[in-house]
Amino acid sequence: MAKYTLDVNGKPHAIDVDPDMPLLYALKNDIGLNNPQFGCGLAQCGACTVHLNGQPIRACVTPVSAVGDGKVVTLSGLGTPEKPHPLQTAYVEEQVTQCGYCINGFVMTAAAFLRDNKKPTDAQIKQALQGIKCRCGTHMNIFRAVKRAATMMG
Amino acid sequence: MTKMEKPANFSRRSFLKTGGALVVSIGMPIGAETLLSLNQAFAQATATRPPLVPNQLSSYVAINADGTVSAFFGKMDMGQGLYVSIGQMVAEELDVAFEKVTVYMADTRTSVNQGGASGSTGIQFGGKQMRAASAEARRVLVEMAAQRLNLPADQLTVTAGAVHAKADASKRATYAELIGGRHFNVELEWNKQMGNALYAPGKATPKDPKDYKIVGKPIRRADVAPKAFCTEPFVTDVKRPGMVHARMVRPPVAGASIVSIDESSIKGIPGARVVRENNFLAVVADKEWDVVKAMGALKVQWSDAKPPFINQAALYEHIRKTPARMREEGKTIGNVDEAFKSAARIVEAEYEWPFQSHACMGPACAVVEIAGNGHVTCWSGTQKPHFLRDGIARTLGVKQETVDCIWVVGPGSYGRNDADDCGNDCAVIAKAVGRPVRLMYTREQATAWDPKGPASIHRARAAIDANGQVVAYDFLSKGFSRIDVNTNGSQPRDTLAGHFRGVELRSGDNFGVPSESYAFPSKRMVWETIPPFLERASPLRSAHLRDPVGPQIHFASESFMDEVAFALGIDPIELRLRHVKDPRDVALLKAAAQKSGWETRPSPRKGQTGSTVSGRGIAYATRNGTRVAIVAEVDVDRTTGKIWARKFTVAHDCGQIINPDGLVHTIEGNIVQALSRTLWEEVKFDPRSVTSVDWQSYPILDMTEVPETIDCVLLNYPDRPPTGAGEGAMRPVAAAVANAVFDATGVRIRQMPFTPDRIRASIS
Repeated sequence: MAKYTLDVNGKPHAIDVDPDMPLLYALKNDIGLNNPQFGCGLAQCGACTVHLNGQPIRACVTPVSAVGDGKVVTLSGLGTPEKPHPLQTAYVEEQVTQCGYCINGFVMTAAAFLRDNKKPTDAQIKQALQGIKCRCGTHMNIFRAVKRAATMMG
Repeated sequence: MTKMEKPANFSRRSFLKTGGALVVSIGMPIGAETLLSLNQAFAQATATRPPLVPNQLSSYVAINADGTVSAFFGKMDMGQGLYVSIGQMVAEELDVAFEKVTVYMADTRTSVNQGGASGSTGIQFGGKQMRAASAEARRVLVEMAAQRLNLPADQLTVTAGAVHAKADASKRATYAELIGGRHFNVELEWNKQMGNALYAPGKATPKDPKDYKIVGKPIRRADVAPKAFCTEPFVTDVKRPGMVHARMVRPPVAGASIVSIDESSIKGIPGARVVRENNFLAVVADKEWDVVKAMGALKVQWSDAKPPFINQAALYEHIRKTPARMREEGKTIGNVDEAFKSAARIVEAEYEWPFQSHACMGPACAVVEIAGNGHVTCWSGTQKPHFLRDGIARTLGVKQETVDCIWVVGPGSYGRNDADDCGNDCAVIAKAVGRPVRLMYTREQATAWDPKGPASIHRARAAIDANGQVVAYDFLSKGFSRIDVNTNGSQPRDTLAGHFRGVELRSGDNFGVPSESYAFPSKRMVWETIPPFLERASPLRSAHLRDPVGPQIHFASESFMDEVAFALGIDPIELRLRHVKDPRDVALLKAAAQKSGWETRPSPRKGQTGSTVSGRGIAYATRNGTRVAIVAEVDVDRTTGKIWARKFTVAHDCGQIINPDGLVHTIEGNIVQALSRTLWEEVKFDPRSVTSVDWQSYPILDMTEVPETIDCVLLNYPDRPPTGAGEGAMRPVAAAVANAVFDATGVRIRQMPFTPDRIRASIS
């Protein structure tokens, strides 16, 4: 066990955990967030995606010890109903989700991508989101939402 | 169907004093019990809630103190916006604004068993009941107003939740004034069925569709924002005081049993312990990460079981050769065998479809808490909470009314996935440890150990006479049963908890045949099922996967129609139009052809050179009253074997459309998921067990592979009853793609899925 103070969504959280424990378990159990989600534990689906210092990472395979004093932002820290991120606005506008379990993966990945890539082509958007799974098959809607957000952020 | 053994304990039902925005009730108890002490002027109203039984109006609808409406829905929405449509149907019949209705669903404390999510019947059966109940509620309210206003009921009408005289709107009584905060006490004429078939209308006749103001309108969902902003929990987020975490341990060789467990192997892990009953094996710990470690560390000696499966390469040969356990012949027309004897030509083909997994986005998760008084509560992502309640009651050997099951949105559900197994497993563990338990499966367990969509072969033959007319059609489906384990978790014999603990088993038999309206002088349709490889605790046990056996059957039957068209040298739609008899199906096919800009000509397309070739294909099917025709347009890269299904045109007829917006989203989801099953999905196994254990070994469609366009033509029949849309559009996708690939390449591929390897090998 080891003590860490994680910076999550702009707030410090003191935890005492196994250094090898993936960040995902700290976020959900020790800090009590209801996002991100466990999908595979293998960095294959994206459901656990959060930002570490602005870059999307898979929290299911990132040990707490590797986070250090980095800034962690999760979907609930990306925006709020009062101050939504353009992707969250676009998700609501396009009525995206079915089960919604993939939402952390797509939104957090797309948020970093759109921040770094203004006016992306359709092919670039699709490529950027290739590694994120959606099982319900809502890709058409997800793509429309990301395009809408790209316009808002352009 | 489950029969109600006893009226449920209605005192546990809570009631909302005020309503609000139309949102789905998720997870937690609904508000406080607040009953108004209004005088009981009317027999139809009561201050105390009548029992939660199917023949009581109060089981479906309530008017709250502020005039808002609560609708208690015993089916559920798995994320396609069904609850919006139900709200529209309720608001329409009651003549209240849509915003005044809140739909509570998938909670055994508030609704009777209308079947959960099942067979795309949410609107078809579930909505029908909610519509009938709401119409009856309106009738009763008008009758109550007639008494209060001292006017004949036929001189009254309803506007925005207020009953008033047609001639004088000032003579009025609002719903809130009439019954707000109390309960209906009106008996309905229940057909004594539970589940999908439940129907309990009152005396009222629902509205004439020409008077609809809310039904048929595109109304948006309110449940997207809570997910986008993480303001509502998933089932994975449910936490109970004192809760411990659990994981299951499954055998490495299917069918192996436990010889010994070395509990010292997890001794160093805080709070880690084993729960075992026969071959049911779980580990428990206070912290989730500790239970993950314990699961990996636990040393178990398994018996030397004989590998129960075969080499996967022999799967279809196994299905062909294994004697049928059950055979069912549908309605046969004419003398099929004679027709084939005298045929000028015979076209025949056989098609193969693999096992497929639900492979939901996350593994199943459930929380079970057994209170001090013995009351059991299960929070689950199941699509059939009432049936899971019944299963847990049987698993634990307690009465049905001792158990409640509350649905909380989970990582998707497309039929009989792993959620029902998880709920039952979790109940066993909770009873053993005496504390609330959260059980989550692993990715490997979610993909390898969920009930599978059955593998099958399909043989089709057509007899053609000397004039080029099809005179006979003969179709056989043969495969593993769609109900080797049943479609819900209400019986321990259908759950892994039951299998591993050793309950008596009963594998069911069912498959299916094509659903269409083709007429031929003679026609025979037969299905046969074969026994499972392994009877008990098999990771290849088969069950319902979205549009159960529909994609398999219609991949074969609709590919075959194109093979017949090819044999006759005619356009594939022309062949279909020659034989389709239902006028709605004719309209449907024509709509798909027109919208897609279909060029009438035989397949394959001629004169294509270069690496990438393009083609188009049609397929059509019906499903419990719904009909769908799909034109797929594909590009095939002949070098890589990669297919891009660029565009789908979907003509869709589900009778009366309740919400066109929700319908389009539902169709799109169907198409994309079906495309994933068509291009990628195949459960891999070896003689020992299932080897598809993650997204590498069970790939699905990704964002770069989705269509550019899905064009929908919605054929609306407002005067017809609504039928389902949750699965129908999934049915013809594989065949439409297969026919388009043939059009593009001239090569007929009869084995799913259409992976690049298979396509490359087939066309080279």
